[in-house]
Amino acid sequence: MKPSYERPLIQKLNAGLLNKFGSRTEYTPVKQIDGISVNDLMDRYGSPLFVISETTIRRTYQRALKAFKVRYPKVQFAWSYKTNYLDAVCKIFHQEGSWAEVVSRFEYDKAIRNGVPGNLIIFNGPDKIKEDLKTAVVNRSLIHIDHFDELYTLIEMLDGTSDKARVAIRVNMDTGIYPQWDRFGFNYESGQAWNAIMKIAAQQNLELEGLHCHIGTYMLTASAYAVAARKMCELAQATAEKAGIRIKYLDMGGGFCSSNTLKGSYLQGADVIPNFDDYADAIVNTILNFGFKPEELPLLILETGRALIDDAGYLLGSVLATKHLANGRRATVLDVGVNILFTSFWYNHRVSPAQDFTQHAEEMALYGPLCMNIDCIRESVSLPLLKKGDRVVIHEVGAYNMTQWMQFITLRPKVVMIDTTGKVHVIRNNETVETILQNESVPDHLKTIPL
Amino acid sequence: MKIRKNIAVSENGFIFNPLTGDSFSVNQSGAFVLRKLKEGESEEKIMKMLQEEYDLDGYTAEKDLNDFLSLLKSYQLTEND
Repeated sequence: MKPSYERPLIQKLNAGLLNKFGSRTEYTPVKQIDGISVNDLMDRYGSPLFVISETTIRRTYQRALKAFKVRYPKVQFAWSYKTNYLDAVCKIFHQEGSWAEVVSRFEYDKAIRNGVPGNLIIFNGPDKIKEDLKTAVVNRSLIHIDHFDELYTLIEMLDGTSDKARVAIRVNMDTGIYPQWDRFGFNYESGQAWNAIMKIAAQQNLELEGLHCHIGTYMLTASAYAVAARKMCELAQATAEKAGIRIKYLDMGGGFCSSNTLKGSYLQGADVIPNFDDYADAIVNTILNFGFKPEELPLLILETGRALIDDAGYLLGSVLATKHLANGRRATVLDVGVNILFTSFWYNHRVSPAQDFTQHAEEMALYGPLCMNIDCIRESVSLPLLKKGDRVVIHEVGAYNMTQWMQFITLRPKVVMIDTTGKVHVIRNNETVETILQNESVPDHLKTIPL
Repeated sequence: MKIRKNIAVSENGFIFNPLTGDSFSVNQSGAFVLRKLKEGESEEKIMKMLQEEYDLDGYTAEKDLNDFLSLLKSYQLTEND
């Protein structure tokens, strides 16, 4: 029998200090996702291909919910649409009991179309024009006011009517972390948030139901949430004492980490991030110890997105070419570019081969297919000897990629979902030239060209 | 292309360049090509041997051999004919 072939490789051995940024080689092939063959998926649905595991979504959601529910009696999750607003994904979260958290009219309309009752939609963000606010008022949605212009628009709009808007304010604050997110909402320390509360309290048409904060993203320290929760409790207490309004809910926003590895991180993401229990401990202990009467404990709302969906998403791709850079380094070109893997700008995504290899590995750069210098998936990664046509699995891509992706140079691929019984469903079809051209038009004088 | 005379190649694919002090490792097919180069075989002959040894098509053998030879050159392990 002929020996199995792998292209010839020579590697220089470096004696000396260990490279502190050196990473382990991903030798172990990932041949299946939820029991479904990666090769079969790619043969049938093409490459690249996004794959979402319904089982993982449900398991992660239930883990997060449990972490809070065992500690606090009144917990409600609201699915952050911007993290992944594919209808099939949203509906899993809604089936699990999540409300909808939206930050634009587009997302609001999507939530309504998905069957979410208007009064279970949280409308966040700085972009709500008068028409959007009118719709939200009629539907009894929770309007989280971001700035005084929005507050005054609401006041003016409802003046002289019997309509009432259910509102909260978004509060930004110093929680000891950098950068401090102060561009959204009203500032706590400067008294701006208190001014907004007092203005709302004086309005007949506004019902102040909650307080909202969202202190940052990919929060590596759970203790910042304890600081935020204390400030929210203080505001709620002051509102009750001075304005006579009992705050019904505290919305602590999102920002919980997924186990992806941030660029520049010394350790792997999974080794440094807090888990759901850490976040729950920090938030719940603060609220419970603050001194609310048991019957007056506010509902705790959470809008975490990334931590609930990232693990459930995979991106399957193929090797287009391998080459050497000028300095001799290996470069591997994949059919997966930054246009569909937007998060590769800030994560070192884990990449696994989808077939068996020997123990030999190469340090390499992973590039995408775009004819653009920025199209780099990993600057440096150690992988087995990939060759044209080999397949790879990119992990933890469920958050933000299927919303922030761009139709740039290439077309966006299919997204499939593996349900809890192992059945595969196409939940978003791939784009074609027609998809793109349907919104274009050419003036008459440009319809013919003399070539 | 020839391997420099002073380059030491061990049976199990360990390479040492006494001029620079650099050490290298090769995989199985890399060791095969190096051995043939040491024996003074021509590139064309090695390409055919690689094809036979591993049951390869001509294009793959040519592409991979050229890739490997360019690496040997970049590591200054070769001398011109």
